[in-house]
Amino acid sequence: MNASFKENSLNFSFVAPALFIFSIFYIYPFFYSFILSLTNYDLIGDFNFKNYYVGFSNFRDVFTDKDWWKSMYNGGYITFWALTFQNILAFALALAVDKVVRLKKFYRVVFFILPVLSEIIIGLLMKQLLIGEPTGRNVFNNLLNSAGLGFMAQDWIGGDRVRMITALVHCWKGFGWAFVILFAGLQTIPEQLYEAAKIDGANAWQQFRKITIPLVMPVITLVVVLTILGTMQAFAMILALNAGAGGETTVPVMIIFSHLGGASKLAGLACAEGLILGAILVAVSFSMFFVSKKVREKYGVLPS
Amino acid sequence: MKKLSKLIVFFVLIPLIFGCSAKKPKDNTIIVWHWMTDRKDAFSELATKYQAETGVNVEFKLLFPPETYSMKVTAAARAKTLPDIFGILGEKTTVGSFIRAQHIADLTPYMNENFQEWKNRFYPQTLDLVVFKDGNSSQVKPGIYAVPIDTTIMQFVYNKSLLDKLGFSAPPETFEEFIKYAALVKGKSDQFGFVCGWGEGWLLNALAIEWAINLMGEEKFLQTIERKVSYTDPDWLKVFTLFETLKNSGILVPNIATMTNKESEDAFAKGKALFSFNGSWSINVYQQLNPEIQYGFFSLPKISIEHPVKIWGGSGSSFMVNERSPNKLEAIKFLKWFTAKQQQVFLIEKTNNLPAIKDCQDQMPEKLRKLTLNLSNLTHPDTWPDNEDSRVIEVINRGLQQIVMGLKTPSEVAREVQEKKDKIFRK
Amino acid sequence: MYYQAKKIITVILLHTFLISVALSCIFPFFWMVNVSFKTQSEYDADSGLKLAQSLNWDNYHKVIFEGGFWRYIVNSVVYTFATVIFIVFISSLAAFGFSRLNFPGKNIIFFMFLAAMMIPLPAGFVPIYALLQQLGLLNRAGYIFAMTNIGLSLSIYLLKTFFDQLPRDLEDAARIDGCNKLQIWWHVGLPLVAPALGVVVIFNALNVWNEFVLAKLIFTDEQFMPLQAGLMEFTGKMVTQHTLIMTALTIAALPIIILYIKMQKQFIKGLTAGAVVG
Repeated sequence: MNASFKENSLNFSFVAPALFIFSIFYIYPFFYSFILSLTNYDLIGDFNFKNYYVGFSNFRDVFTDKDWWKSMYNGGYITFWALTFQNILAFALALAVDKVVRLKKFYRVVFFILPVLSEIIIGLLMKQLLIGEPTGRNVFNNLLNSAGLGFMAQDWIGGDRVRMITALVHCWKGFGWAFVILFAGLQTIPEQLYEAAKIDGANAWQQFRKITIPLVMPVITLVVVLTILGTMQAFAMILALNAGAGGETTVPVMIIFSHLGGASKLAGLACAEGLILGAILVAVSFSMFFVSKKVREKYGVLPS
Repeated sequence: MKKLSKLIVFFVLIPLIFGCSAKKPKDNTIIVWHWMTDRKDAFSELATKYQAETGVNVEFKLLFPPETYSMKVTAAARAKTLPDIFGILGEKTTVGSFIRAQHIADLTPYMNENFQEWKNRFYPQTLDLVVFKDGNSSQVKPGIYAVPIDTTIMQFVYNKSLLDKLGFSAPPETFEEFIKYAALVKGKSDQFGFVCGWGEGWLLNALAIEWAINLMGEEKFLQTIERKVSYTDPDWLKVFTLFETLKNSGILVPNIATMTNKESEDAFAKGKALFSFNGSWSINVYQQLNPEIQYGFFSLPKISIEHPVKIWGGSGSSFMVNERSPNKLEAIKFLKWFTAKQQQVFLIEKTNNLPAIKDCQDQMPEKLRKLTLNLSNLTHPDTWPDNEDSRVIEVINRGLQQIVMGLKTPSEVAREVQEKKDKIFRK
Repeated sequence: MYYQAKKIITVILLHTFLISVALSCIFPFFWMVNVSFKTQSEYDADSGLKLAQSLNWDNYHKVIFEGGFWRYIVNSVVYTFATVIFIVFISSLAAFGFSRLNFPGKNIIFFMFLAAMMIPLPAGFVPIYALLQQLGLLNRAGYIFAMTNIGLSLSIYLLKTFFDQLPRDLEDAARIDGCNKLQIWWHVGLPLVAPALGVVVIFNALNVWNEFVLAKLIFTDEQFMPLQAGLMEFTGKMVTQHTLIMTALTIAALPIIILYIKMQKQFIKGLTAGAVVG
């Protein structure tokens, strides 16, 4: 008994450091977050739960807050573009790179440069390219003009299409990463399947529909989940690019930050917002994994 | 051997990470936290001077940018590690929270010493901002809790050479004139009618409030905060519509709704805009960015003659004394010295800021002296009996940005602001 | 013949498509590097669309020394090193424990770590901030701990799958040689999972190097800021000094790009490691 207790605690000590950090930065904050969300504590005086308690009013405030849902809509809008435009582009690129013989490696390397760089770098670089006088030099518009595409020139940073433009920049940064995952998925499809299909007289479209799509389906689901999680938490790139543009590209994390800054009594509100965003994202990703499991069962394949 | 070196790296890094906590300063040093980049050198010169005169060390510590400064002060308040002297950037309710948590010393008795000698030095309008009156909404003991170190006034600025070129001898006085003048610049390659850092909401807010008070009078304006007047009131709608007019007239720089004040100051200093709206600190900024620029200040372009123009302004920066500091009395002594005429004049010379005290008129450059003429009709949220909720202000600012971007109409914004206000106060 | 022609056209079309996308990825960076060598007046004249006249290093000197950029770089290097070392040690110990050792509650704890990967960061912002504030850790140590925590879950998961594949025999042999568990982890376990450790190192190093949100939350002192936060500060101050801003961006981006091109296989493995979990 004693020996096994000693043994157990020795074994446990391997995990203990990880668990220690984990408890401090995940478990404790989670509960503390919940407690704070029930208060209007200003983060200045000594915390006394009874004095600051306000019930669930912070949650009610978030749910009825138009600005919050607007930011969720903005996030959702960008996510929608990332899901469709970015991922379809990534898939098309993956298919194309899979087909070509030459320059395969070059493409793979180049497409992945953007995900390797930080969101801040991308945001600031694009701002420099897109912003016009008097702050910037209107580089992109000039390029368009000299390419004979002058009709496309516009105010990219603060114009009325800023949300769409932000979404596109986001897609531009993110597609490489979806590309690599999808490309890896395509590589796992055995060549013989296509050969067999060709012998059966299937044309390219039929091959694509009957072989490619089903076999990379699990990978696609995965990309979808990761895209949603990543995009709904986007923050740094948008901050660097246009800092919310009068609410047009304000995303949930920005709202949380704005309520946290300074010493207003909105820390509890910020906690409630964080928890609600977290809950929504967890729910989405779990349901997506559930869907993914169903898909896998249906097609009977498991990706490596 | 390789493993050994790995371990060495590991153990070398640990002290490197943890050994860097802030060094404890000597006990008799007065520590001051501030955020004023432009005054960094002037402050440290004054500290040296004070040391020579009294033997007391003063250390000014610059924390930048302002939002970082605020977070740092909040964090320090909670950890009870505030320095001897600090400032608070934010609304008066925040200051109230700090006072309630006993972070800020009540300076009233010191101000009143010697027949109110210290108190009487200041412009009353400037001091007004740091005074908590009887029955204040923060529910703190009435008194003076901070020492103003300068005065700030929001003003319109015009580029003199550009205005001359257009053939006007004086800046516009009414809103219509303002638009007419600015519109003449439009179309010239890279010059614009009006530039302002409207990406920072408070600049929009200050301007909107100035126009609102000009249109409806201060009384009616304050009644809006007290919820006796709605933001959907025709007068407010007119105020919001002014911004739509500005947009439609095409005089605004592109990207104005995402522009920072720094970007705007840079553009104006480089002669890219005819008009701008900025604080009195900008004298120093423009001077640094482009010493050759010819410009002047002018008051709000009027939209009504029924009510007087009130100018957003008052105490620009002020210092508070840490109630818990062991050097409290020394710190107060230092601030008293800091706001004496000699030091204030020194700051005027070095930084071109309006002083907090009255007695410097004769030592001021022409531009500043002109600005002091406006001191009699200042207004500022910190002097109002009640303040607007920060979330309502946020909606107003964002709404104005959207009007300027052409995404929303004034009536939509008015409705949204009122909705927010109703929601917050329903409880 | 017809088939041949069709094939060639397809290949040409495919390459045009791919090249144009590739160009869109590369062009901004060429432009950025190009502008970083220009003077402001040169840039004002041509918007950076003409090649810089000479390799003018003035901007670099200005940004790194006068702009204080060296401090951000040093900070980022320290944070990255420290965090990755912490993660490698802590997560490999834990993964070894989860994989090879037994103790009560093992599975529950492991699933807790897995579930944590799902919880988005913003949910914990305020409490982490408040906690660090309370502990007086709003500085380097606090940041390194917080970043370590963020990398732990995925690293543990990755390493555990590798430890799971190790044959028992090796362990037994080591035990017969008189090694205790810690020695087995160090002498047998770690060398054998070296490839996975490489992925863990790259994934986490990149993660810390590129991190901005927590840095913004935690650092109030400019002198502690890592590169990404420093970049935002710097551009905020420089505003229209375009060439200096581009120089700063180049300094921040180029090391990563070069490292990536040299070790692109590991990078791709490292960054897609998150996907492997699904």
